[in-house]
Amino acid sequence: MSMLIKFIAVSIASGTPILFGTLGEIITEKVGHLNLGVEGMMAIGACAGFMAGMSTDSFVIALLAAFAAGALSALLYAVLTVTFMANQNVTGLTLTIFGVGLANFCGYYAIGKSETGTLKLPEGITSQMRNVNIPGLSDIPVIGPLLFSYNPFVYIGIAMAFILWFYLHRTKTGLNIRAIGENPAAADAAGIKVTKWKYINICLGGGICGIGGAYTIMIINKGVWISDCVGGLGWIAVALVIFASWSPVKAIFGSVIFGALRQLKYYVPAAIAIPGAFYDMLPYLITTIVLIATSIKMSREKSQPQSCGINYFREER
Amino acid sequence: MKEEMKRKKKEPLIRTVKRTELSQGKAVVLRIAALFAALVAGGLFILAIGYHPLHVYKTMVSGAFRSKLAFQGTIKVLIPLLITSLGVTLAFKMKFWNIGAEGQLIMGAVFASYFALFQDTLPHWLLILLMLLAGMIGGGLMGLLPAYFKSKYNTNETLFTLMLNYIAFNVVVFLREGPWRDPASPGYAKIARFSKNAQLDKVFGIHAGWIFAIIILIFVAIYLYMTKRGYEIAVVGESQATARYAGMNVKKIVLRTMFLSGGICGIAGMIEASGSAMTLTSGIAGGVGFTAIIVAWLGALNPLSIFIVASLFSIMEKGSSVVESTYGLSGACADVLQGIILFFVLGCEFFVRYRFVVRKERGARA
Amino acid sequence: MADNRKEDFAIECVGITKRFGSVLANDHINLQVRKGEVLALLGENGSGKTTLMNMLSGIYHPDEGSIFVKGEEVIIKSPTDAAELGIGMIHQHFKLVDVFTAMDNIVLGTEEGYEKPKVLKEKIQRICEKFGLDVDAEKKVYNMSVSEKQTVEILKVLYRGADVLILDEPTAVLTPQETEKLFQILRNMKEQGNAIIIITHKLNEVLEISDRVTILRKGQSIDTVMTKGCDAGKLTELMVGRPISLEIERPEVECRNPILSCKNLTIRKPDGTIGVNGLDFEIKTGEILGIAGVAGSGQKELCEGIAGLLKPECGEIIYEGGNIVGKTPEEIINMGISMSFVPEDRLGMGLVASMGMVENMLLKSYKKGKGPFLTRKPARSLAERLVEKLGIVTPSVDTPVRLMSGGNVQKVLLGREIESEPKVLITAYPVRGLDINSSYVIYDLLNEQKKKGVAVIYAGEDLDVLLELSDRILVLCHGEITGIVDAKETTKEEIGLMMTGESKKEA
Repeated sequence: MSMLIKFIAVSIASGTPILFGTLGEIITEKVGHLNLGVEGMMAIGACAGFMAGMSTDSFVIALLAAFAAGALSALLYAVLTVTFMANQNVTGLTLTIFGVGLANFCGYYAIGKSETGTLKLPEGITSQMRNVNIPGLSDIPVIGPLLFSYNPFVYIGIAMAFILWFYLHRTKTGLNIRAIGENPAAADAAGIKVTKWKYINICLGGGICGIGGAYTIMIINKGVWISDCVGGLGWIAVALVIFASWSPVKAIFGSVIFGALRQLKYYVPAAIAIPGAFYDMLPYLITTIVLIATSIKMSREKSQPQSCGINYFREER
Repeated sequence: MKEEMKRKKKEPLIRTVKRTELSQGKAVVLRIAALFAALVAGGLFILAIGYHPLHVYKTMVSGAFRSKLAFQGTIKVLIPLLITSLGVTLAFKMKFWNIGAEGQLIMGAVFASYFALFQDTLPHWLLILLMLLAGMIGGGLMGLLPAYFKSKYNTNETLFTLMLNYIAFNVVVFLREGPWRDPASPGYAKIARFSKNAQLDKVFGIHAGWIFAIIILIFVAIYLYMTKRGYEIAVVGESQATARYAGMNVKKIVLRTMFLSGGICGIAGMIEASGSAMTLTSGIAGGVGFTAIIVAWLGALNPLSIFIVASLFSIMEKGSSVVESTYGLSGACADVLQGIILFFVLGCEFFVRYRFVVRKERGARA
Repeated sequence: MADNRKEDFAIECVGITKRFGSVLANDHINLQVRKGEVLALLGENGSGKTTLMNMLSGIYHPDEGSIFVKGEEVIIKSPTDAAELGIGMIHQHFKLVDVFTAMDNIVLGTEEGYEKPKVLKEKIQRICEKFGLDVDAEKKVYNMSVSEKQTVEILKVLYRGADVLILDEPTAVLTPQETEKLFQILRNMKEQGNAIIIITHKLNEVLEISDRVTILRKGQSIDTVMTKGCDAGKLTELMVGRPISLEIERPEVECRNPILSCKNLTIRKPDGTIGVNGLDFEIKTGEILGIAGVAGSGQKELCEGIAGLLKPECGEIIYEGGNIVGKTPEEIINMGISMSFVPEDRLGMGLVASMGMVENMLLKSYKKGKGPFLTRKPARSLAERLVEKLGIVTPSVDTPVRLMSGGNVQKVLLGREIESEPKVLITAYPVRGLDINSSYVIYDLLNEQKKKGVAVIYAGEDLDVLLELSDRILVLCHGEITGIVDAKETTKEEIGLMMTGESKKEA
């Protein structure tokens, strides 16, 4: 029993960086832009968050820096794909190469300057990143560990998912934004500022990815800088977008499942000899199956926004 | 006066207008200008981290050619990149967004490795031929799968092929840790090194992959521009309705082309395993599949341009490893520079097709 | 004085000019529309009507000229500006989000915040009642018929409080009944003081609905006339620029043998709905069989069915004694059945826009010749021959066809089909978007084929043309044949009735 609870708790935490990447990608795709640069934006966010945390020793500033850096890198993507109408796939892949490269480079550079040869976040900030411990609440059996035992990112992520769901599905702006992703020409004719909202959403999405990146370095690597700290989580995030059928709330559950798959190999008794690679493969395999299933069902509401991947040019004749 | 102010405020400052065909020459000039601007921007980056940009660039270029060994290294980088770029070109020409070159390359390597590991008693030439075929089939099947679902259910091929990359990657990890694990390496799980018999021969000091690359380059150029099948690809890419109308079997063409596209990427995988790594590793593709997409796109899906772009990329890749050792800079700096250059070139494509019109002072009213 | 006059106009355009690359789409156009009137904007395709209206609705920006709304000079930067000025446009190609409900589409982009569906529904209902519209607010657009979608488009504009409505060819996709319903709504709006601009090239509709007509020709505004006291002849003359006799030659061909017949032919559209249902007819050599019907009555499915692009659900297509159902398009082409279908976007089917004439000639013939390689030589000489024979204007035979004008594109398309020497030639809308002169070149080409003994199937939009060109006319309504009549003996009214479902026995 306690094993199960621990497993669920670990899964939730393990899914959180993916959740951030997915949320960022969802609101990007909702305006019709498939940004394959999630991995890169997460890396840049990780790097910026880490560096800011190092120098200020403040968790909040580190988060803000991660968000800002992610948004800035997404801005690059937005300028190229929205204004310059460059191919989205190619630009996104480039952003991944660039972002991961830049993050690694900065880390390498900083290590070179440091005296010890390693980079570690100071104690002040790591103490703020620890799992919360609310006396009383966290001690309640079952509920305590399940609800009140996580690091702050987890709560931020889940709150953000609900906020984004509300933003997309319960506000006028959200309606307008979804229209842009489905049919930008219709949105434009209805007087929606297509370019403006594309920029806003893409940058916002990049920022959220950046926070996910900060998670990888602060929590997964416990505040010690390593190269390639995102380690492919960005791509799992892209997969989760499909699995969650472009819904921020479903993304929460999806992230728990994907997180569980990432942890499963440490919990399954050694007697059941399922190779570890199989667990790592599962998220992608399941996503592929979901992708095929939705296309067979021709479910229009649960598939990628129609205009995704196609840049919009108003005077196209 | 007030009227005038209001007018100015309301008229958009800049708007985008489609160009009437830009001449080939001008387009080339524009692209070269973008490359130059990119080098300047990259230079600023280098300057910012405290080095002299020209020296670093010089080291980079000379690093790729400074010795016979370095040059061979550059070619070794070029081979898989060129072949894979040509592979995805076939799919892109058909407007099939095959982002799965990475996975197709890996699968090609896996299939080829089977023969290298377990059938290495065959005569050398037969073994190499079998590996080549196996590589092609492995990559081809990875291409065929999304093509089948695309043509049957219109499943989004971008996302599908993307997912397959990671599935393929984990297949290698599985093989490495399970059935194909080298028992001779007790601690660190790896797959055994191929026997000499299963390694590609060296021609002029470089593994024979470069010959395959040249053959594939010529093959793809001829296939695209001179054959009926190449013509079919172009028509399907432009309009499936037109293709059907002309009596083409669109489904068959999509399946066939994707098999070929994946197959060529698979050959790159076989060459990497047999010629370069001499074994199957999880890093066998190492991002080449993604870079290839960028190369193919920047090369405007033209085999010759792709060759040029791929060469430039390889020089940069190899050269930056020299920069790394000379200046103590991280190898990641190549990725950063690559990214900067790509951003500029991608942005410049806009100016080939469109132009900005700046608001005129006072609209030309008669 | 002058200012007072302007006050009457809901919209006034002065000297509007717009270029697309090297094409001058609008050349100093002047136009006025008053409150409480319906202005028809008449002109052939390519005369600049849609471009002009897109500038009024803020989609394009004029290069020169000024626009006055209710007497004040304005600059319309975006559709929002247009909406604020009370201008609403109903586009020919609907601009609706498919996965949204009618309701969501209607409120899309408006300033007000999020509202509860219930409140919204009531609001929409009130507008519906005011103008006599009918819509299911919670229906998803992808489940809607064309006419329902159009209603949503109109509601979208009315919801924003527009008092100037621009409708771009609103009747092209409607049945006569639906058209009548639309006109009634427009009349209601007019009575309530709205200004309406309707773009069309159907003369009878102009005469029926409008108060005044502004005629555009080659991007210029030629004249504005009162509809009262005008007739179709005069309007045509203004539109084309010279008196036109709308007479088309109809050569008599003696030797006629049945060549293709359809028996109980039923074809479904790709989306599963019925395209054509239980068709029985035959066509002979040396005749032109016209196909009449409201757009979307099954013409496309019939043509594609014969060409093998759509698989019939049941029934037979007998060609020269054998059933060709189940044969591939390629086999059917090789048997001598050729189709040239001109779709709405003209280049979507039949031609490859980015390729030159030579490569486009290859489209139907590239498989000929042995071996895996293409031979471009015969295609090149064919392209050159067609340029010569049909007077096609193009910088070179390698210039991408998308850079050619509509008339030339259609000549390329039809010319290629005819060169393959078919026995059955299916053409659908071959004069769509052409000026009158180019249209006559096409009619001559078809007659020439008929004289050669080819069986020609001609699906057309213009009943006058169908009546003069065809030998017999087959009328489709909702995918069923409502009559096959002798073109010499029937009247436009009779065909019109059959198009709406009144059936008549075969001639």
